[in-house]
Amino acid sequence: MNKKSKVVRYNKWGYIFLLPFIAVFLVFQLIPLVTTIYNSFFLHMEDGLTVVGPTFIGLKNYSTIISNGDLPKYFTNTMIMWFMGFVPQILLSLLLGAWFTDPSLKLKFQRFFKTVIYLPNLIMASAFAMLFFTLFSDMGPINDILKNLGVIKESYQFMSHVWSVRGLVATMNCLMWFGNTTILLMAGMLGIDPALFEAAQVDGATATQIFYKITLPLLKPILIYVMITSLIGGLQMFDVPQILTNKTGDPMRTSMTLIMYLNKNLSVGSRNYGFAGALSVFMFILTGVLSLIVFKVTGKDDKDGR
Amino acid sequence: MKKRLVSLLAMATMTASMFAACGTTDMGGEAATEEKEPATAEEIDAEAAAVDLGEDTGKVLNIYVWNEEFKSRVTDHYPNYEEVDATHGKIGDVDVVWQITENAGNAYQDNLDAALKGQADAADDDKVDIFLIEADYASKYCDTDYTMPLSDLGITSSDLADQYEYTQTIVKDGSGRVKASSWQAASAGLIYNRDIAKEVLGTEEPDEVQAAVADWSKYNETAKKVADAGYTMCSVMDTYRTYSNNVSGQWVQDGKVVVDDNIMNWVDDSMALVEDKAETTYALWGDDWAKGKYPEGKQFCYFGPAWFFNFCLDVDKEGTVANDGRWGFCEGPQSYYWGGTWICAATGTDNPNLVKDIILTMTTDQSVLKEIATADLDCVNSKTVLGELANSDEGNMDLLGGQNPYAQLAAGAEGIDLSNLSPYDQGCNEEFQNAMKNYFEGNATKEEALDLFKKAISEKYPTLTVE
Repeated sequence: MNKKSKVVRYNKWGYIFLLPFIAVFLVFQLIPLVTTIYNSFFLHMEDGLTVVGPTFIGLKNYSTIISNGDLPKYFTNTMIMWFMGFVPQILLSLLLGAWFTDPSLKLKFQRFFKTVIYLPNLIMASAFAMLFFTLFSDMGPINDILKNLGVIKESYQFMSHVWSVRGLVATMNCLMWFGNTTILLMAGMLGIDPALFEAAQVDGATATQIFYKITLPLLKPILIYVMITSLIGGLQMFDVPQILTNKTGDPMRTSMTLIMYLNKNLSVGSRNYGFAGALSVFMFILTGVLSLIVFKVTGKDDKDGR
Repeated sequence: MKKRLVSLLAMATMTASMFAACGTTDMGGEAATEEKEPATAEEIDAEAAAVDLGEDTGKVLNIYVWNEEFKSRVTDHYPNYEEVDATHGKIGDVDVVWQITENAGNAYQDNLDAALKGQADAADDDKVDIFLIEADYASKYCDTDYTMPLSDLGITSSDLADQYEYTQTIVKDGSGRVKASSWQAASAGLIYNRDIAKEVLGTEEPDEVQAAVADWSKYNETAKKVADAGYTMCSVMDTYRTYSNNVSGQWVQDGKVVVDDNIMNWVDDSMALVEDKAETTYALWGDDWAKGKYPEGKQFCYFGPAWFFNFCLDVDKEGTVANDGRWGFCEGPQSYYWGGTWICAATGTDNPNLVKDIILTMTTDQSVLKEIATADLDCVNSKTVLGELANSDEGNMDLLGGQNPYAQLAAGAEGIDLSNLSPYDQGCNEEFQNAMKNYFEGNATKEEALDLFKKAISEKYPTLTVE
């Protein structure tokens, strides 16, 4: 009897420790989430000092979003820019991670390099975007260098071509996040039992074989984690293209992301609460579905029931 | 699997709720738009004469602004103003509180809107007494009851008689009552590089250069000559305001967005000049745009008003055209204005006498305006003062090579027609330029760019129709 009551008392402390989190979660996440969904059923907008609504209009906001065809376009833009940044990022991170964790390479100044590759992440994304905007402007240093080298005769308008803008956004995201990914992957690699590597070496496996046959398969849980977090982060891509294209998503909105679109409907002068709410719900569903797909596909042959 | 689902959901919830939070700001209250009968000037003056403001009861004067400009004008030129610290001052017994909110991202208007909507319920010391507005969104505030007609403060048309008419037209409500007053006349013109003018046109005299850019067809001819000589005129965005100030109708008519013919002229003229490499497509204030301030930028001109001379041409920097005093000023193809700040009295102020005095002193007192003009180089809103400056050496400017621009500025201010202003101008102008940039740079056809503009407007002003 005595023992049982003790268990109950411990449980109580558990709940008490959870309280702050639950309070924060309720106030800052659950309530906004519910009110967003609630708002999405209303016609409610503001132009300056003019207010329209709120009037209940059922699913009209949703049908507008489906029928105007903008959502797939900006979703595609977002995914293209995310993919262009993610692929080089994960390759770079894998390579660096493998180098850093390989004991036979005995890399010097590891701490220094780890710090350096993480540094871009510490710069504010907006500052980083401003920097790139200046670097790649028509009379900026990159164009100057290219002209002086004789590569081009006239300034290349980086901000006026679809793929150069997308490429710049992808490059920035890659630069900002590869350090973070490298550190995550290194943690995963260091978690692999060294005995496995030694056994493979004894059996005569080459470094490439070890990487593909041992490191990669055992790294899968971390890779999935990196992929999902990056995907969710990618869907929320906003600050870099927003600043780089001066809010426009130019040229012709080919670099406009979903959140930039959301921001268009809920910012300066325009507060279309209902529509933006419906848009948020769509993105909520989209994020959930995409994450599920990634999870299902990459976790299929995961038999040990992690 | 269940566990995974739960954690996934949790993850998605957290991320989604990050932006969900944006959608839940609760804004109550309807805008009060008053439909007063149009009144004649005499009726309004009679009202003003009959006004009895009573005693001021307020101990605190709240002034809503977006930068330091008006504060420094008051500090320097308003008698009895004592500065306490960066955001506080004193006029007699009254504490002056400066509520400074950045203009960027609409923050100033958002803050002001919230304060005005709460004005009725606010404590006396928290009520807005004075706020400042700019032309682009003037009618947003002047068309509502949140702003007091100047006649309700006892200010008559004879008090404002020396001001330029456009500065009053812009801030009249539907009934013809003036709702705000400005100390600036922001008439603008063409600021040209004297060296390039001499090389291309063979003269650097303002009158002769003016003849070469007197209307848009002459301007376009000159632009071709300038391009042939290896220079550019300016950015297409520089000329935009000159076209958009001279339209035949408002941007928004009966809740519908209408693109004026003169705006389409801008599109066609600009496209031709961009194709000839006579104009660039750089966005205003950007690094590329700013290169024209230096001789190496090889740029013939900028379009701008008087404040542009001092704040935008980097006159203090070594090596700029302004620093060498090699700019010249002429009226340009069409009269237009750009910017300017108006002082409004907020309905519900508990310091009406003080507010009235500040408005009268800062915007109609000729000795104060003369001071502002000579000390701060503002182009002031007084026909008399500008006339005096035009005829005296006080008006000569070093950065213009000693030229006195006040005669042109005054002539420009007389020619401004602002009957076609609408509350949507800022958004429409900005989105139109953004959309057309795609056309100029060859990323879209004219129709596609127009569609993009309409889409952007329907997002920015969801209550308007665009088709």
